[in-house]
Amino acid sequence: MSFTQNNDRYHRQIILKEFGETSQQKLLNAKVLVIGAGGLGCPALLYLTAAGVGTIGIIDFDVVTITNLHRQILFSENDIGKQKAATAAIKLAQINPEIQIRVYNFQLTNKNAIELLANYDLVIDGTDNFATRYLINDACVILNKPLVYGSVLRFEGQVGVFNLMDNETQIKTNYRDLFPEPPNPLNALSCNEAGVIGVLPGIIGTMQATEAIKIITGVGKTLCNKIISYNALQNLFYDFEITPVLNPIEKFPQNEMEFLNFNYEWFCSLKANVSVISIIEFEELRIKEKITIIDVRERNELPLVNEFDFISIPLNDLPNLLASIPTDNKIIFFCKSGNRSLKAVKLFNEKYPQLLAYSLSGGINAWQQFNNKTSLK
Amino acid sequence: MVFGQLSEIINASELALLAINNTNELNKILFELYPILEEMKFTIAVNKKIIHENTPLNHKDIVALLPPFSGG
Repeated sequence: MSFTQNNDRYHRQIILKEFGETSQQKLLNAKVLVIGAGGLGCPALLYLTAAGVGTIGIIDFDVVTITNLHRQILFSENDIGKQKAATAAIKLAQINPEIQIRVYNFQLTNKNAIELLANYDLVIDGTDNFATRYLINDACVILNKPLVYGSVLRFEGQVGVFNLMDNETQIKTNYRDLFPEPPNPLNALSCNEAGVIGVLPGIIGTMQATEAIKIITGVGKTLCNKIISYNALQNLFYDFEITPVLNPIEKFPQNEMEFLNFNYEWFCSLKANVSVISIIEFEELRIKEKITIIDVRERNELPLVNEFDFISIPLNDLPNLLASIPTDNKIIFFCKSGNRSLKAVKLFNEKYPQLLAYSLSGGINAWQQFNNKTSLK
Repeated sequence: MVFGQLSEIINASELALLAINNTNELNKILFELYPILEEMKFTIAVNKKIIHENTPLNHKDIVALLPPFSGG
């Protein structure tokens, strides 16, 4: 792809003496994959599209809900219930019809990641859970792709660049050098539970787009081997230099085969030390036994589940409602991705240490994905 | 300096401690003062450089505790 010199669209950045036509051509030739079209993905996608990145991939399996709208600025109220990736692509094509946008309305897993990421020059991580973050990191390490990381919670954000060689020091670090082990999910908070101020992913996602543009064009200094922590309440930017872990305690996949066999959800729930049930075990149990299924998501959360009976008790209400749970059968807690249900099992077992309770691994997302796959066969 | 959820535990974003020889000693003191910290995962940086091993501390060194979070 090339742009014509009389194309005014990129005029204001082409006249920058550091940037020029060469950088514009590099952007147009580049392929960037944005994982997650959420709070971070939306602003990153908007600016990469407007800047003229030639090929942009968007992967997100989720649908728009009303609680997304305060920060996921590509979506409007009439998009509620629609696929995020496809909806984002329609809006982006209106901003810049000259670039190619590829849509992937499915969940990134270790089974499809290598094949998908291999088609791109650079990856932007805008996901919302640790399992996917470690998965993306490891795939980028195996494929040797630069990864622009961003993460937000409440009023704080982190942005950094992984897996990019610093030519001066010959050092290349990644997410596992920053956080070698995932936190105990019982102590980790998500935006669903702890909240996030809407502008914050706007700032961090835009910084991710900035880093992507600098890496592609070679203009300026990137956050290679660095992470910036930003606190919106204190107006504080603090940068850290990442150094390689020389003796990793956790063994992580070094090649494609090990990657395919690595269970990321299990890796990230291990520290919780509560009972987890896989989707297959859950499906078997549903047929074989009478079980009590409890949804600990908030009441407005999607997807809706019609396929089996369950009781709805949002995690925040659970401590007060523990006594109301029937305890004749095995209890299965589920949520969206399998984190809040771990906390639910912990709470439940504190009250009833002798009773069997499990957390559905990967949550309703993984359950739906499993059932879509088996119904296609 | 402490970041994210950790500042809630310590109830401040900064804390001055005197006469600490190294980062292991610092951890020990912090875990005594704030036992919940021991259950938390965080990365330690000394003067903005992330460390993975016990590291000597000098007077006026700035130590930062950075927790992982995953929101997007």
